[in-house]
Amino acid sequence: MNSNETKPKHPLLEKIEPSLIAVACGLLVGLVVMMIFNIQESFAGFFTMLVGAFNQGSRSIGNMFYMATPIILTGLSVGFAFKTGLFNIGAAGQMVIGAYTAIHIGVLWNLPAPLHWIIAILCGTLAGAIWGLIPGVLKALSNVNEVVATIMMNFIGMYLVMYMIKANVLNPLDSRSLNVQSTALLPTWGLDKIFPGSAINIGIIVALLAVVVIHIILNKTTLGYQLKATGYNKEGSTYAGINTKRNIIISMSIAGALAGLAGALYYLKLGNHLTTSSGLLPQGFDGISVALLGLSEPIGALIAGLFLSYIRQGGFYMQLYDFKPEIIDIIISTIIYFSALAVVLQTVFHKQIKKMKEKKRKTPNEEEVSS
Amino acid sequence: MNIVYDLFHLSLISAVPLLVVAIGAMISERSGVVNIALEGLMLMGAFIGIAVIKTLEDSGTSMSIQWILLIGIIVGGVVGGVFALLHAYAAISMKSNQIISATALNLFAPAFAIFTARTIQNGQQIPFTSVFKMSEIPLLSKIPFIGDLFFKDIFLSFYVGIFILIFVYFFIYKTRFGLRLRSCGENPHAADSLGINIYKMRYIAVCLSGVLAGMGGVMFVTSTSTEFNASVAGYGFLALAVLIFGNWKPFRIMFAALFFGFMRTIAAAHGMIPFLENLRIPGEFYNMIPYITTLIVLSFASRKSQAPKAAGQVYDQGRR
Repeated sequence: MNSNETKPKHPLLEKIEPSLIAVACGLLVGLVVMMIFNIQESFAGFFTMLVGAFNQGSRSIGNMFYMATPIILTGLSVGFAFKTGLFNIGAAGQMVIGAYTAIHIGVLWNLPAPLHWIIAILCGTLAGAIWGLIPGVLKALSNVNEVVATIMMNFIGMYLVMYMIKANVLNPLDSRSLNVQSTALLPTWGLDKIFPGSAINIGIIVALLAVVVIHIILNKTTLGYQLKATGYNKEGSTYAGINTKRNIIISMSIAGALAGLAGALYYLKLGNHLTTSSGLLPQGFDGISVALLGLSEPIGALIAGLFLSYIRQGGFYMQLYDFKPEIIDIIISTIIYFSALAVVLQTVFHKQIKKMKEKKRKTPNEEEVSS
Repeated sequence: MNIVYDLFHLSLISAVPLLVVAIGAMISERSGVVNIALEGLMLMGAFIGIAVIKTLEDSGTSMSIQWILLIGIIVGGVVGGVFALLHAYAAISMKSNQIISATALNLFAPAFAIFTARTIQNGQQIPFTSVFKMSEIPLLSKIPFIGDLFFKDIFLSFYVGIFILIFVYFFIYKTRFGLRLRSCGENPHAADSLGINIYKMRYIAVCLSGVLAGMGGVMFVTSTSTEFNASVAGYGFLALAVLIFGNWKPFRIMFAALFFGFMRTIAAAHGMIPFLENLRIPGEFYNMIPYITTLIVLSFASRKSQAPKAAGQVYDQGRR
């Protein structure tokens, strides 16, 4: 028993414990809110939210992957910038610019099949990178607060895209973008056989690749090391000879590229259109949730993106019980709030346990071991 | 001449909510807590404030329209203040990341507003019918020029905003409490060693910023729209830009707010100006103006910015 207590916890468990605490607290608050509004059906509704994503078997799972694709990528985008100490709330703008560029190429250019969608994706990613580059440059050269700058870029991007749709690719009947040509649609590579009837395509595979690439950049390359160092201590890194200004620009560009990729992948799909009246894309803001929930880690973004997509699917079916799907956003924001507290809650929790144990034992040499 | 007058008048109207919210943000940052939850705080204040206004309207009360508006603004302020306590608790007591907790509030507010409104009344919009604009203030409107500008076709919010500006200026610069509050944002350890309770001061400051943001939310919706639709159009973040451009000082914030108000007026009323109308630039580009000018202005203003030194830093008594 003695050895069991002094043994350190598994490092992974230690790391994700705050997130788990936060998720539990968020779900609890969600349940309480539901009980306040409709106590009779609150438990049934809550249960539907938790398992509703499996309502239609493999079709639902395929849709979950499809809906997770953009938010995993925007989550990666926000998380990656966060690692460099930058808060990118401009994923919505970067995504819409990437989406428009991909749609523009998909509608207006004439190219053979694999080349067409590949170029559309690449150009969308590039456009997103440029949209992220601008606040990065402003931050690096004139110290402009990146929170304000990225929000401003969101609105500029939104209005720019509204204009570009009207000018170039308008379907006037529905006041939205035209369908992209069939050669520009993302292929499915048989994924639709595994998840019949769902909207899944290779977008999820590209997203997985992006997770791996970002993980490698952050953990295995000099660039990643420098970026993280800049995030930990900007002055210290400058002193150590790291070009922090360059790193801020690179970091924001990569973050923008990821969000642009999210837009390209999501909209190179039959039946998805940008409209001339749409506001800021919600996936951009989901990206913030995903990144914070995933502790800004690439793998974390993958898990959190799937989780958010899963619970949103459940939230959709929750409408059967007359609960509005926005309850999901209440729960998610509560989870983020608690995740801000959770690290502290965890240490308080552990200190309390330690104190109790020490009181129980009261052996002097035990203290040396624990400290 | 008439157009110039109209533009200036409209700029005043759209500058007031920005001014009030930015002043709130200033109080918070001066105490050392960064508050990017303004958008969410505005939204919460506007949501409950407008709901109260609508309820009062529907109840057929004999209260005058301006009283209803004033009650709405006060309710918005109270709601904003209470909601801001969540941020204060996370940022001050729990020493957590101020950006994350504020973001949580920003995400929570629209979700809560839409969920509640849709659950209760089958639609997320909350329309109100009163026209809060006052056509004329008796006597004062007779003053040449000034009367036309400040006492005709004006909202009660305008006077509330001016009152807040002057009040906060004296509060921050001329009282002992204000001096203590500023010291918390510049050098909290020194302030603490002089017996100032940093945690208490910061709680008060964040709560006040919530009050002002909530009031600003109600002012924004009542002066620009006829319904609340779960959004304040990024005004909370614009207010943050106003704060930076105003260099954390009340009267400079006022000029910054006027500037941004003017830009928004150009964006909204470009059709009114014959010169701009003749250029035939698509409306979307005018809509971008406030945001683009924000970026340009900030890129000049941020270089020599004098942000409070301890803003955004967690205060830990044990650390020196």
